[in-house]
Amino acid sequence: MLRHLPKRIADRSMVVTLCAAALCSAACKKDPPKVVIGVLSDMSGLYADLAGKGSVVAAQMAVDDFGGTVAGMPVEVISADHQNKPDVGSSVVREWYDTKNVDVIVDVPTSSVALAVSSVTQDKNKVFLGSGPGSSDLTGAKCSPNTIHWTYDTWALANATGREIVKNGGDTWFFLTADYAFGAALQRDVTKVVEASGGKVLGEAKHQINATDFSSLLLQAQNSKAKIVGLANAGGDTINSIKQAAQFGIVSKGQKLASLLVFISDINALGLETAQGLTLSEAFYWDRDDQTRAWAQKFAAKHNGAMPTMVQAGVYSSVLHYLKAVAELKSAKDGKAVVAKMEAMPTDDPLFGKGTIDANGRKRHSMYVYEVKTPAESKAKWDYYKLIREVPADQAFRAPADSGCPLIKK
Amino acid sequence: MSSLLSQLVVGLINGSFYALLSLGLAIIFGLLNVINFAHGALYMLGAFVAWGLLHYAGIGYWPALVISPIVVGLLGIVLERTLLQRLYRLDPLYNLLLTFGLALIIQGLFQIEFGSSGEAYEIPQPLKDYSLELGFMTLPAYRAWAMISSLVVYLATWYVTERTKLGSYLRAATENPGLVQAFGVNVPRMVTVTYGLGVALAAFAGVLDAPNVQVSPAMGADRIIVVFAVVVIGGMGSIMGAIVTGWGLGVVEGISKVVYPAASDTVVFALMALVLLVRPAGLFGKAP
Repeated sequence: MLRHLPKRIADRSMVVTLCAAALCSAACKKDPPKVVIGVLSDMSGLYADLAGKGSVVAAQMAVDDFGGTVAGMPVEVISADHQNKPDVGSSVVREWYDTKNVDVIVDVPTSSVALAVSSVTQDKNKVFLGSGPGSSDLTGAKCSPNTIHWTYDTWALANATGREIVKNGGDTWFFLTADYAFGAALQRDVTKVVEASGGKVLGEAKHQINATDFSSLLLQAQNSKAKIVGLANAGGDTINSIKQAAQFGIVSKGQKLASLLVFISDINALGLETAQGLTLSEAFYWDRDDQTRAWAQKFAAKHNGAMPTMVQAGVYSSVLHYLKAVAELKSAKDGKAVVAKMEAMPTDDPLFGKGTIDANGRKRHSMYVYEVKTPAESKAKWDYYKLIREVPADQAFRAPADSGCPLIKK
Repeated sequence: MSSLLSQLVVGLINGSFYALLSLGLAIIFGLLNVINFAHGALYMLGAFVAWGLLHYAGIGYWPALVISPIVVGLLGIVLERTLLQRLYRLDPLYNLLLTFGLALIIQGLFQIEFGSSGEAYEIPQPLKDYSLELGFMTLPAYRAWAMISSLVVYLATWYVTERTKLGSYLRAATENPGLVQAFGVNVPRMVTVTYGLGVALAAFAGVLDAPNVQVSPAMGADRIIVVFAVVVIGGMGSIMGAIVTGWGLGVVEGISKVVYPAASDTVVFALMALVLLVRPAGLFGKAP
């Protein structure tokens, strides 16, 4: 009996060693370091054309243009659908951060989802570069040292489109508002512009995201006798509101539509016959100069011939600037440090030109007010805009001191 | 007052539309005992066929109103023959899952091809430039046409099922398929034709709605949820129930938009819950 003891112990220790080795092969083996970019977007819903797969294409183009590696680490792009639901978005993001080693999340249209992603990102000390969302709260009361709001926001839209319409005599407004974070922020920011110039808001009608029938809301707008019917919605909702407004004779009876957030994909879907004459603002238009045209042609070739929206262009620009910052730091692990580096470096890319990032995370560049061409003026598909005016970068976005962001020391 | 009147008119228009979609669902459920979850996708298909006819072949709205339901109806017959028919012996849940899967596949394929923003379909002439001045509102002539034509369609459907010989076979087969078969009526073929007819009604609604909304892959999925509530309230399989409830709910929705707008999106479902509690078989349904 005793004779066998040492052998038994030896057997056991052998088993323990084997177990440890097996465990180690799972946990101890270090993956070679890499940088993972997660594109979180609406892949199948009403915002899929303005962001969606095109945003994944844009992110990959930025990685390719940067050379595919940063500070010796390969860069990987993954993507997921958040279905415009904050709970779905935050659970994808948690899984990405905890198990997929994602370092940065980009795009995220739908402000309610973006606000949730921003909060998880801050908890995990990663980076969130929002190109798709609109709510100015992302750099206002709910700003974060881990978030940069890249392309546009509701304040900038109010300041560009809203101001332009008020300037041309639109002093009474009625809002058709998408009933979630974005719609509320847009209506609030435009109301400030209208009231500051002596105008009045006569009423509002809210609708759920992804509504199909706007006729009863449009009738309320008509009954309000407001000069301007402001559309505080986006994507498919804006398309259907504009289409049905034409049907109910809103414009032909003397009221004017203010489409506060319209993307070029919406104009393409509506057709110029219906969309002509709309005033709108964008941070990017593919046909602005030689550089934007060259990039857009490359993009379209990879995206079924569709020209990029400002959101997709913003994804490209934000990923490029992120990679520059990671190259300087030689690491992507500390989210706060990466964002601080991005804010310290001036931005420069072929799509948005030179720009800066404010301390509240607001990226600053020019906004452009456009008018939609008539079918006769348009020479080709996607030739849709004529420039009314450029709002220079220093005026296009809210001053950090007015943002109410706790990160700004007064 | 004028706002209440105008919301009532809009409610009637929306209601006629709910009724048209739920009519097809009711017919299919009545005879096949299948809850056709693909109804929304087939409605979308109807709208896309109309758009395709115009875009690729230059065939306008008026012919499309006939061609599209026939094309989609034939597709429905193919689906019934090849897929649905195999599951009749099993629990109805299997066909619910099958049609739900079909809806996802059809919608997904269109999403890949056409994107989410979809395609614009213009209001046809001569209705495009006209609208009716009702004093309290401007009613686009096209909306009036959509309401009247759907009224005609469901009156015709009601007549066929209630007043013709074919209709009497149909109703008898719903009650007792075995017995009807014993009398020499080809029940399986009747089932196939009925499914095709129900699907054609969905496609007709799709063409009718194409000029009102953007023709997009998700258009059916957005609308079908309310329509299911209509069918449940009206009583599964009841044609009269579908029509009356469709109009009724449209009007209730319209009124709630004036009285308490925040509730207008949920009022239909609150009513559904209420009806299910009080009369589980629905307002016009027969208790099993």
